[in-house]
Amino acid sequence: MTLGPYASFIVTSYLVVAAVVLILIVWVAVDYRRQKLRLSELEASGITRRSGRSATDIP
Amino acid sequence: MTLTDLANPSRFLALTARLLPWFAAATAILLLIGLYQSAMAPDDYQQGATVKIMFIHVPNAWLSMFVWSVMSVAALGTLVWRHPLADVAAKTAAPIGAAFTFLALVTGSLWGRPMWGTYWEWDARLTSVLILFLMYLGLIALWRAVEDPSRAARAAAVLTLVGAINLPIIKFSVDWWNTLHQPASVFRMGGSTLDRAFLVPLMVMAAAFSLLFITLHLAAMRNEILRRRVRSLQMAQARMTQAGRRSA
Repeated sequence: MTLGPYASFIVTSYLVVAAVVLILIVWVAVDYRRQKLRLSELEASGITRRSGRSATDIP
Repeated sequence: MTLTDLANPSRFLALTARLLPWFAAATAILLLIGLYQSAMAPDDYQQGATVKIMFIHVPNAWLSMFVWSVMSVAALGTLVWRHPLADVAAKTAAPIGAAFTFLALVTGSLWGRPMWGTYWEWDARLTSVLILFLMYLGLIALWRAVEDPSRAARAAAVLTLVGAINLPIIKFSVDWWNTLHQPASVFRMGGSTLDRAFLVPLMVMAAAFSLLFITLHLAAMRNEILRRRVRSLQMAQARMTQAGRRSA
């Protein structure tokens, strides 16, 4: 596979897409961990939901 | 399971936990197949190898408009049906839609330079997509500016529905005005003008990016539900602290 005289444009396009997709995946994963951590801390300090169920447990 | 069943956030979280691994795996597999097919696709007789940029540019451009359409339906869900998860869906779709629109603009620009001789032209298609990107940023800013989620949801829903006017302008800009951008070549009256050698990898990549959106959106919605639980627990904590001070 040869990319010809405009290889730099093609490679840059794919790299930019890969970088942005990776940022989105990391953002979602980090946000999930952060919210779970905050909920665990709040529940550990004795704050519970009105339903009495754990906010971190997914049924 | 109906939309009404999903109005219960706990039920939605349970469904998401079951679906997410499957969607993530399907996205990864389709992306790998699409990338392989894109790499193996032949050169175009006019564009040469730069046609490979199409396989990432077009799916991102389609998704930039599709995500706004999803947000518009969610906006109706907020304003008309008052579905509890409608504003969660709209809020979490905006950053993902902004990212797809950014990618459509950047990859289009990188494709335009070798093909048109310029990175940018203020023509109808490019300008209307830039406006779409700015509208995404405006919506994200609005969500961040208003602290109360229900108030922010109503304002964002109105803005989203007004912004939906831009979607047909983007779609038909290449027909209504003289633009550097080529007219539609896949979804058009009379069928696609693309050769099968390009059409197949393009459709696989479009399916892969669509699945990527669904996966990221479900995960972001799950995060937003948890964020709202954090907020309500923090408010309960503040109320308890206040009541404790009063009784002391």
